Amino acid sequence: MFKKIRLQSRSKATFSLFLLAVPGLIYLLINNYLPMFGVFIAFKDIDYVKGLFGSDWSGFKNFEFLFRTNDAWIMTRNTILYNLAFIFIGTIVAIIIAIFLYELKNKLATKLFQSSILFPNLVSMVIVSYLVYAFLASDSGLINLSILRSLGIEEINWYAESKYWPYILTVTYLWKTAGYTSIVYFAFIAGIDKSYYEAAKIDGAGKLRQIFSVTLPLLKPAVILMVLLAVGRIFNSDFGLFYQVPLNSGALYSTTQTIDTYVYRALMQMNDIGMSAAAGFYQSVVGLVLVLIANKLVKRADPDNALF
Amino acid sequence: MALLSIVTILPFILMIVASFTDEKDLILNGYRFFISNISFDAYIYLINQYEIIVRAYGVSILVTVVGTVASLVLTTMLAYPMSRRDFKYKNTLAFVVFFTMLFSGGIVPSYMLWSRVFGITDSYLALILPNLLMPAFHVLLVRNYYQTSIPHDLIESGQIDGASEFKIFFRIMFPLSIPVVATIGLFTALAYWNDWINALYYISSPKYFGIQNLLIRLMNNIQFLRSSEGSALIGAGSVELPSTAIRMAMGVAGLLPILILFPFTQKYLIKGVLSVR
Repeated sequence: MFKKIRLQSRSKATFSLFLLAVPGLIYLLINNYLPMFGVFIAFKDIDYVKGLFGSDWSGFKNFEFLFRTNDAWIMTRNTILYNLAFIFIGTIVAIIIAIFLYELKNKLATKLFQSSILFPNLVSMVIVSYLVYAFLASDSGLINLSILRSLGIEEINWYAESKYWPYILTVTYLWKTAGYTSIVYFAFIAGIDKSYYEAAKIDGAGKLRQIFSVTLPLLKPAVILMVLLAVGRIFNSDFGLFYQVPLNSGALYSTTQTIDTYVYRALMQMNDIGMSAAAGFYQSVVGLVLVLIANKLVKRADPDNALF
Repeated sequence: MALLSIVTILPFILMIVASFTDEKDLILNGYRFFISNISFDAYIYLINQYEIIVRAYGVSILVTVVGTVASLVLTTMLAYPMSRRDFKYKNTLAFVVFFTMLFSGGIVPSYMLWSRVFGITDSYLALILPNLLMPAFHVLLVRNYYQTSIPHDLIESGQIDGASEFKIFFRIMFPLSIPVVATIGLFTALAYWNDWINALYYISSPKYFGIQNLLIRLMNNIQFLRSSEGSALIGAGSVELPSTAIRMAMGVAGLLPILILFPFTQKYLIKGVLSVR
């Protein structure tokens, strides 16, 4: 065969390609890798006068302080519990929606419904906080004035009562994300070989039976994958959901404070760099460990779908 | 299913309806789905305040456009070498990019770096640079697209014709990337438009507020003024006391761009969601 004629030498080509990658790499360096080295901040007693590098080392003191507070327990508990609820309920709701969508014969209707349930995912949490406010405002919200008042029940000051917020935030989160997740499951369902359904029909299975015997079992790998990936992120939370939707109300901290909101408040509002850095480090390290474990488990269950 | 769709849209309808409701009605009867007295007062008030709003829109648009374009360029330039089978460092790059998805240094070092070392507080850079400029996920998406959808023969023919690697990228690859660029471009634009967190950390001067942060300030302002300590300071700020209908109208204003663009972009959005798979 002919030898390929290159007018540019191989090493020059490699160099040129590398140059193309440089801007992106520089950005990754600045935005992602340099901060990774900044984890040392959690181990120092930062004094602005002495600067970041001149401040004294404090070993694990910041972590000691952090875990002695009640905050550490509350924020960890909240983060994990909310995520568990989101994963569990979210998956069930998304699958139900996906199955319904799949069974629709009318293509136009499918598209229309998919659009409408996807739409909440596109608006910002700020808009969501406005929408929630329209329902929950203590003096003019829909729930207090139109529903509770007409039922004769006393009005509730929603933004001051922490006990309702696990439900409020879960519903809000589902409203915003179920559409998106259901589309992902829809794709999985659409990939199921139709002949399975036909075989079931021949055996006399009705629609419901088909769903339980064909669709759900064949979705199991997909569900395992999605759930494990979500579990890997169980120490993270949507900052907007937990900070902005409750309108940053201090009275609600016991049920709305997550690790992410704590890190923000400790840094920007309490100016406590030590605690904030310690909490951030705690989150990053546990997060990494969880992702590695999750990936190992995924590899065992379904090797093609593992992250790495 | 239809019920579900309606339930999903309900909150938006509520907000839109409330913005058209007479203020006194809102205070007396609260939010409702059926209006007794339609009033455009809220919108008239907003139009009178147009300077603040137009500025916020302007900031959001500027940041979104610049950020998205820069992001697309950066992302494709990094993804392309990674996609080339014959590139010596493709696996190293893949790891470097992927690792950032597993571990992060956290907010504190990031904040220190951007605000103290690079000094971007209170500037447009603060709205564009941190976090959003090149998501690792997008780089991988584009790389996969290049690997699977663009035949190597095209690149080879370019090499035979004597083109440099740069020329091959800009003349051949870039034009062919339109589908994947459209998808991630949409996601990036959406992320920039909806972002308010960067400003929360790095901006204190209202002239850099985008539409989202303006909405936050308006919501807080009312909270602030409700308490008795706050009421003594009415009129001290540059933002006047917005009432409930006005707030809802602002919410509609914030919602409008997404609402308008949604039908046109829906196809790409759904495709993007599916490509995660």
